[in-house]
Amino acid sequence: MQIKGRSISRGIGRGEVLLCKEAISFLGDIDPKTGICVAPKHAIEGKCIAGKVLVFPQGRGSTVGSYVILQLAKNNKAPAAMVNLEAEPIIAVGAIISKIPMVDKLEKDPLTFLKDGQKVKVDGEKGTLSFD
Amino acid sequence: MELTKIQQKMLDGESGEAVAQSMEILVALGKIYGADGMVPVSSAQIAGVSYKTIGQAGLEYLSDLAGKKAKVRIPTFLNPAGMDRDQWQKMGVPADFAKKQIEVLDAFSSMGITMSCTCTPYYIGIRPKVGEHVAWAESSAVSFCNSVLGARTNREGGPSALAAAICGFTPNFGYHLDEKRKCGLLVDVRVPLKTNADFGALGAWAGPLAKHRNPAFIGISKNVSGQLEDRLKALGAAMAASGSVALFNIKGITPEYNVAEDAEKVVFGSEELIASKKSLNSADSPPQLIAIGCPHASLDEIKEVAEKVKGKKMAHKLWVCTARETKKKADKAGYTAIIEAAGGLVVADTCMVVCPLKEAGFGCTATNSGKAGKYLASLQNQKVVYGDVEDILCK
Repeated sequence: MQIKGRSISRGIGRGEVLLCKEAISFLGDIDPKTGICVAPKHAIEGKCIAGKVLVFPQGRGSTVGSYVILQLAKNNKAPAAMVNLEAEPIIAVGAIISKIPMVDKLEKDPLTFLKDGQKVKVDGEKGTLSFD
Repeated sequence: MELTKIQQKMLDGESGEAVAQSMEILVALGKIYGADGMVPVSSAQIAGVSYKTIGQAGLEYLSDLAGKKAKVRIPTFLNPAGMDRDQWQKMGVPADFAKKQIEVLDAFSSMGITMSCTCTPYYIGIRPKVGEHVAWAESSAVSFCNSVLGARTNREGGPSALAAAICGFTPNFGYHLDEKRKCGLLVDVRVPLKTNADFGALGAWAGPLAKHRNPAFIGISKNVSGQLEDRLKALGAAMAASGSVALFNIKGITPEYNVAEDAEKVVFGSEELIASKKSLNSADSPPQLIAIGCPHASLDEIKEVAEKVKGKKMAHKLWVCTARETKKKADKAGYTAIIEAAGGLVVADTCMVVCPLKEAGFGCTATNSGKAGKYLASLQNQKVVYGDVEDILCK
């Protein structure tokens, strides 16, 4: 099944879905060395985003967050792809400079129809998300 | 969003990896904000220069980009860094910080960017004309550019301004368009404003009220102490720091005065002025540092400080922060020597908001800037003494 959205950052990424219903500030919320969410009481506190298809509403907080995404990529702890409900500049810029495929504005709300651990493919060129 | 053939080729990588990545950033931002295409820009000003702000993550990004042989195509200038390149030891900046800061500046320099390190490019000859499109990032420079000069820029981020510098254009949305330049809040100023501290207090008050709207002002007189431009700079800087104002109009003063018919009207009188100044003060002890020059001081503002401290010996440390180009003029005019004789420093390239103030040993700072008043408390963990130059020099 394939769902159409909008292309934000190019490339193709595959992995298991990690759903997060809360906005993420990569500066502060995510440890760039481990990829683990260290923000107390955050929706994905204690979970590791490395290699996942990270699905979350959007970014928030400091614009330095874009650079933290790049650090994650250099440490091999970045997500395989990212899906936002509606992208904003911090995450979009972070994805592009880190070469992480990213889409947003899917025709169906990914936070309700996707499940944690489900295997999906994100095509950042076509702006699609697909799964078996 | 429509791209020209040339822009599409840049996106596809014909001009190299750094240009392709920069184009990808501009296209993504254009999509997010609903731009119809790109608009050429005549200059760029890059924020995210201080190592204190961008840290190791930012340094790695800039080093990567420099490694991809990125070069800017338009005149491009830098925001203040975390230290004076010559006098960092006198400021008390730690050596390991200085090493990292120099690496950041070297990365920018290799891309062909001018090492201006200032939030006031308009004091060193970079003055886009009415209606000219640019891509500036520092919030007070953006406000001055849109409001006082009547040129057009969005509030760029570090990477987006750099992408615009590398490509020569920016997505056409926001303040590049006429419809976003209308004012939806009208402030009736019913108290005479003279000094930077007065204008900063008005800005700190109006910024949060403006929310997503551009504010317009009536009742502001051209009859201020010193130069009117310096006062407008202080107003815009405080509104950008306390809210997110990128454009304001003043009746009879700014090149544009365009107020929506349904604009909300509010009054700023002497009570509001006193209350706003009070709210910027958080100190119960004398300052350890008096910091003037946020945004960077003009030659006239440096002269004012020199006249006030001439022949005196300051009880506290004193920094007057300015652009290196402006400092050269102050050196020539003898103002720097007067301020140094009083125990102060004329600091170039940096300011009290972006240098490592705590690490340099300061916990309480006095300022006449509404912007610094906000950020010293929130970003630098300082107790703040707020007042006119005259008052804070005598504390």
